[in-house]
Amino acid sequence: MFQVLDENGEVVNKEYEPDLSDDNLKELMRRMVYTRVLDQRSIALNRQGRLGFYAPTAGQEASQLGSHYALEQEDFLLPAYRDVPQLIWHGLPLYQAFLFSRGHFHGNQFPEDVHGLSPQIIIGAQYTQTAGVALGLKKRGKKAVAVTYTGDGGTSQGDFYEGVNFAGAYNAPALFFVQNNQFAISVPVEKQTNAKTLAQKAVAAGVEGYQVDGMDVLAVYAVTKKARESAINGEGPALIETLTYRYGPHTMAGDDPTRYRTDDLDNEWEKRDPLIRFRKYLEAKNLWSEEDENKVIEEAKEEIKAAIKKADNHPKQKVTDLIDIMHEELPVNLQEQMEEYREKESK
Amino acid sequence: MAQKTMIQAITDAMQHELKNDDNVLVFGEDVGQNGGVFRATEGLQDEFGEERVFDTPLAESGIGGLALGLALQGFRPVPEIQFIGFIYEAMDALNGQIARMRYRSGDTKSAPITVRTPFGGGVHTPELHADSLEGMIAQQPGFRVVVPSTPYDAKGLLISSIRNNDPVFFMEHMKLYRSFRDEVPDEAYTVELDKADIKREGKDVTLIGYGAMVHTALKAADELEQENIDAEVIDLRTLSPIDTETIVESVKKTNRVVVIQEAQRQAGIAANVVSEIQERAILHLEAPIMRVTAPDTVYPFSQAEEVWLPNHKDVINKVNEVINF
Repeated sequence: MFQVLDENGEVVNKEYEPDLSDDNLKELMRRMVYTRVLDQRSIALNRQGRLGFYAPTAGQEASQLGSHYALEQEDFLLPAYRDVPQLIWHGLPLYQAFLFSRGHFHGNQFPEDVHGLSPQIIIGAQYTQTAGVALGLKKRGKKAVAVTYTGDGGTSQGDFYEGVNFAGAYNAPALFFVQNNQFAISVPVEKQTNAKTLAQKAVAAGVEGYQVDGMDVLAVYAVTKKARESAINGEGPALIETLTYRYGPHTMAGDDPTRYRTDDLDNEWEKRDPLIRFRKYLEAKNLWSEEDENKVIEEAKEEIKAAIKKADNHPKQKVTDLIDIMHEELPVNLQEQMEEYREKESK
Repeated sequence: MAQKTMIQAITDAMQHELKNDDNVLVFGEDVGQNGGVFRATEGLQDEFGEERVFDTPLAESGIGGLALGLALQGFRPVPEIQFIGFIYEAMDALNGQIARMRYRSGDTKSAPITVRTPFGGGVHTPELHADSLEGMIAQQPGFRVVVPSTPYDAKGLLISSIRNNDPVFFMEHMKLYRSFRDEVPDEAYTVELDKADIKREGKDVTLIGYGAMVHTALKAADELEQENIDAEVIDLRTLSPIDTETIVESVKKTNRVVVIQEAQRQAGIAANVVSEIQERAILHLEAPIMRVTAPDTVYPFSQAEEVWLPNHKDVINKVNEVINF
């Protein structure tokens, strides 16, 4: 397992410590703190009935944001349902992320410079699509990568292997992230596979595989940066397993983690918390203080409040809107149905 | 004008579009050097290179996902699924992903993909090669389903499909690939999607079919003529959406309808056609709308194919039932 910082924020692999400026390091911390606040607020909003579908992210910040921080704007993201933070930091306005959660199609209408797809619901489907986007980037001669995420359970899907194998066969610039958060809903990774690591699944496809400490933001950043460079230099795709943990349930729709996890296990992972570890590292460098942290928390709360308000005020979605977005030009059956629903909605 | 088989017409269409638009990509299992197991892509890799016409690893879901990913980079993928029965492997990529791309993205992204696949029986293939699975795809909003019955239509419909900015599921009946030739212009031309075609005009009964069943219907119509029954034959050409206007116009004229499909009775498009007619033209009907279909078994092992598949005698019997109702 690749690691830069240990649980106390001490550098354990000096040679891999990424070359990030003080501002970059602080920005990375800011994003993690912000995202933790966003997660807490999202859970609260969900409980109040003010948000829709939501998959908690706390615990996975280093995996999600460390990997994303190594990407560039032109890189194409194909996230899974838990990977909304990467989209937000890729430029998806927060109010649109909330609209996605609420099931409004405007949440999926990404601004033109936000290269990516809305979160995938079918586990693994994004893997084969990533091979396609990556091959397309290669054909276009772009110096960019296609990046996708799934969890440990996703590696059991056939599409996982097909996607990695296709990208390997075409030497396409793709990065496949497996956020091994230890449980696929309730099934522990030991019951998911007899494979010793998930990263080793790269071997079968003949691509690079990395296993990295997913609670160590610098390690995830460093590995992603390296894999991205290799991919755009024509050295092929990579499969990156990040060892991480989700503190919350699988989604807010009802699973109860106490049925399948113990307090001891939760506590053990919380000791490795990515925020605490990185905070210690920054504090030792005099780059972070309680004041800095509180500032980010306040800023996040304000922005979330404003974004929810903006989402509340967004025009309601109509069935005629949805009919309209089915095809470029409405076929005759939908033309008829459009008339019917215009009539229904006018009442 | 040259006389061409359907397979030649299909190759022609892809060749025109590869030439016409650099974004068109043709790929699938064995489509490169081998030119496809039916030779649909014969010579295309030599002419356009491996960047444009290429083999894929053997995995249909991968082919579907690859097509969607390439479409997201502005390409116009024309993937081939080698045989229709392999489509189950790609169902999420097709119905769960490709068909929904425009909708899911709120009309900000499109999937201009034409999935080509051979289907259809009567050619003694192994299991899972010949099934008529159009009903399954046609139930998915977002996909157009196109089935040509002649070489002329095949070329024009395929060009229209490739140029369309929404996904098309393009099904080629294996029995029609080389069974006859048709006048096919050398130049590129289009046949409009979503439009049925009247392949034979008549006034006594309307026969509605698609794919190989159009020829079964035409054969039946020829024999019915001996009995002084003048049958009109409609080729649906696009199965989703259905061109109800052409159908209803015909029903108003003939007042009697038989719908013919190679698919099992419970499986296909015919039931939908029947529903549309009864909703739109019931007062023009002089008899119940009848169907000629295969029975509700799994596609038969090949020795029983000839009896299992609907034939022109089945159509004639059904026409007599509606005429004498």
